Amino acid sequence: MERLTAAVDPLDLVRAPAEVRRARILGVIYLVLALIVYWFFARGTEGDVVFRLGDKPGDLDITLPAGGLATFASVVFAFLGGMQIAKGLGKWTNIVLAAALGLLAFAFLGWAAAGKSLSLIGMLDISIAAATPVAFGALSGVMCERVGVINIGIEGMLLSGAFMGAVMGTIVSPLVGILGAALAGGLMALGLAVLAIKYRVDQIIAGVVINIFALGLTSFLSAQLLVENASEYNNPGVLRSIKIPVLGDIPILGRIFFDQNIFIYVLFILVIVMTYGLFRTRWGLRSRAVGEHPKAADTLGINVFRTRYINVVLGGMIAGFGGAYFTLGSVGAFNENMTAGRGFIGLAAMIFGRWHPVGAFAAALVFGFADSLQVQLSILNAGIPSEFLLMAPYLVTIVVVAGVVGVARPPAADGQPYVKG
Amino acid sequence: MTEKPDGVTPEPEQPRRSRLRERIAPRDVDWRSLVLIPLLAVIAALVLGALFIAATGGWGAISPAYSALFTGAFVGWRSISETMLEATPLILAGLSVAIGFKAGLFNIGAEGQMVVGGFTAALVGFSIEGLPPVIHLLVALSAGILGGALWGFIPGLLRAKTGAHEVITTIMLNFVAFRLLDYVLKLPRIQKAGRLDPISKEVLTSARLPKILSWLPVEDAGRFRVHLGFIIALLVAGFIYWLLFKSSIGFEFRAVGSNPSAAKYGGISVAGSIMLVMAIAGGLSGLAGANETLGVLGNAQPGFSAQKGFDAIALALLGRSHPLGVVLSAVLFGALRVGGRAMQVQADVGIDLIIIVQALIIVLIAAPELVRAIFRVKGTSDAEQLTRGWSV
Repeated sequence: MERLTAAVDPLDLVRAPAEVRRARILGVIYLVLALIVYWFFARGTEGDVVFRLGDKPGDLDITLPAGGLATFASVVFAFLGGMQIAKGLGKWTNIVLAAALGLLAFAFLGWAAAGKSLSLIGMLDISIAAATPVAFGALSGVMCERVGVINIGIEGMLLSGAFMGAVMGTIVSPLVGILGAALAGGLMALGLAVLAIKYRVDQIIAGVVINIFALGLTSFLSAQLLVENASEYNNPGVLRSIKIPVLGDIPILGRIFFDQNIFIYVLFILVIVMTYGLFRTRWGLRSRAVGEHPKAADTLGINVFRTRYINVVLGGMIAGFGGAYFTLGSVGAFNENMTAGRGFIGLAAMIFGRWHPVGAFAAALVFGFADSLQVQLSILNAGIPSEFLLMAPYLVTIVVVAGVVGVARPPAADGQPYVKG
Repeated sequence: MTEKPDGVTPEPEQPRRSRLRERIAPRDVDWRSLVLIPLLAVIAALVLGALFIAATGGWGAISPAYSALFTGAFVGWRSISETMLEATPLILAGLSVAIGFKAGLFNIGAEGQMVVGGFTAALVGFSIEGLPPVIHLLVALSAGILGGALWGFIPGLLRAKTGAHEVITTIMLNFVAFRLLDYVLKLPRIQKAGRLDPISKEVLTSARLPKILSWLPVEDAGRFRVHLGFIIALLVAGFIYWLLFKSSIGFEFRAVGSNPSAAKYGGISVAGSIMLVMAIAGGLSGLAGANETLGVLGNAQPGFSAQKGFDAIALALLGRSHPLGVVLSAVLFGALRVGGRAMQVQADVGIDLIIIVQALIIVLIAAPELVRAIFRVKGTSDAEQLTRGWSV
C-alpha cells in the first residue's frame, strides 16, 4: 500500500530513467562549473574589461566589470544546474549547453583580459573563418549518414577539394576552381559510395581509405607538380569578400555575416536548404527512411541504392566545396595536408549537432570559437596553455558520444550495408 | 545501466556460423583469401601506383623509380637495417589494431596511444637517474606500455560502460594526445635545456634500446640504426599469437568479436573483454611509441609517431589481423617507406606515392571482389564487416 501512495513525479513517468540520470549528471556539472567560475574568475577579480565591437578602439566599446561578469555567469550556471536536476531541459539540452559554454567563454575572457581590452569582432571573424570548413565537413557528414553511410572520409574530401580548388583556380579561374573542388570531393565520395554500397566494404575502412588516398594523391601531385611550378598551378589568389548591400551595413552582425566571401553565403544557404530539404520534402523523407530502415523503404518502392549514391556524392561535393575554402577562401595556395584534421572536427561537429544541419552548423561555430579563443589567449598571454582549448572540440565530442549529456542517436541503419532481397 | 537499443539486425544463421568457424579456426579458411588475395592486392597496387608515376613523369620514369624502391629497401646491409628499423613500430602498432579487429573493435587510436606511450617511456628514460642499464630500459619500456594501455583503456571503458563507439573516441583521443604532447614538451621540467621549440630532454643511455647490427664486419656497421626493439617486436608478435589462438583469454576475445551476444550467453564478460582488449591494444601501441623514443630518436618531439599508427590500420588489414601476417605486412610497409626515400632521392618520384600504394592495398583487401575481378580468381567471400556502424 505504501508504494501506491508514494508520490511519483509526473515528469519522471514520461522520461526514461537513463534520460533522468543524464539530466542530473549535467546538472551537477553545471553546479560544479558555477563554483569553478565563482572561485577562479569572479572572486577577487578587479578592473573592467573592454570588449571592442567596432573596427577601431573607441568605435563601439562595451565596458563590463570582469568580476561582475563572472559572478553573473556563475549565477546562471547555478540556475541551469538546478533546472537540470529538477526537471531536465529535454530537447533544449544541447542548445542551452552551447549557450552556456559561450557564456563560460565570456566570463573566462573577462577574467583573462581584466583591465585590458580585446577585439570581440576580431574574435568572431576568426571564429567564422575557422568554423567554415568544419561546418561544410559536418554538413557533408549529415548528408551521408542520414542515408546510412558513415563518412569518416570527410577529411580526405576537404583535402582533395582544397587541392583541386587551387589547381583549377590557377589554371582557369577561381570560380571554376570552386566547381572543380566540388567535383573532386564528389569523386572521392563516389569512391566511398562504390566501396560501401556496391562492394559492401566496411564503411569505416572505406572512409579511412578515402582519407589515406586523398592525402597520398594530393601530396604526391603537389610534390611532383605544384612545388616547382607554383605560379602556373598553385597561385589562385584569395576570393574577395562581397558586401551584401543593405544587410552589410548593420553595425556588428553586418560585418561578420554579410561582408564575407562566397563560401560563407553558400554555407548559410546550404544550412537552410538542407534543413528544409531533409525535413520538409519528399526527397528528405525518403533519404531519412533509407537511413533509418532501408528494408521498409525498399518495400515502399524507394530505390535504396540510388538514394544512397546520390546523397553520398552530394555530401562529397559539399565537403569538396568546403575544402576549396582553405585555398581560395583563406590561404591562397595549396600546402600538403593543409586541412590538418579539420575533417575530423567536422565529424565531431556532426555528432555534437545530432545529425541535424542546424545543429552541425552551430557545433562548428562553437568549435570555431574555441579556435579563436585560443588565438586570443596567446595574444593576451593569460598563462592558460592554448593546447587545452584546442582539445576542447575533441573532449566535448567524447562526452557527447558517451551519452553523459543528452543522447546523440545516429540514424538506425548508419554503417550497415544494404543487401536487397 | 542505460538501455541499449537493439539496432543490430539479426542475420541469417548460416553465414554467422561459418564466420564463427572462420574466426575460431583460422586454418580452415580458404588459402586463397588468406595468402593469394593479399599478395595479388600488393601487386595490383604497385601496378596501379606505376600509373601515377607515368602520369606525372612519363612511362620511362617507372622502371628507375621501382628499381630504386627495391634496392633502397633490400639491397645491402644498410638498407636491410633501415627496413627492419621502420618495420619495428609498424609490427607493434599493427598488432594493436589487429587484436582489436579480432575482438570486433576498430582501434583507430594507435597513433595517439603511440604518442602517449612514447612520451611516458621517454619521461622515465630521462628523469630517473642512477638505475642500472638493463633495469632502466625495462622500466622505461614498461612505462611506455602502461601509458599506451591507459590511452587505450579509456575508449574501452567508454565503449563497455556507455556504448560510446570506439572509432569516434579513439579518433578524438588521437588529437587530444597530439595537443597534450605539444603542451607537456614545453614544460620546464621536460623541455630540453636551452631549446625554445617543443622537444624533450635526451633519454639517458641506460634507457636506450641498444643497436643490434653494429657487430657486423661491414665498413659502416656502427651506423646501422636497427635496435633491440625489432627482436622485442617479433617476440611480442609470438606472444600475441599465443594469446589469441592458444589461451582461453584469446578465445574469449575472438568469441566477443565474432558474436557478442553468443559470447555473453556463453558466460563471457563482454564488457570485461572489451576493456582488456583495448588496454592490451593500447599497450602494444605504447610499446611502438617507446621504440621510437628510446630506440630511434632518443627524445620525444612533436610528430614522432609519424603516421605509423595510421599505417598500422592498413597493414593489420593486409595481414588479415593474424600476427604472422602483421609481421610480414609490417616488413613490407617498412620496406616501402625506406625504398620510397631512395626513390625520392634517386628517381625524383615523391615518397607520397607510397601512401597512394598503401591506400590501394587497403581498397583491394577490403573489397576482395575487386581483386577477384582483376585476376579472375575463383571463390566467393564477401567483404568482411569489421564494425557494425555507430549503433552498438
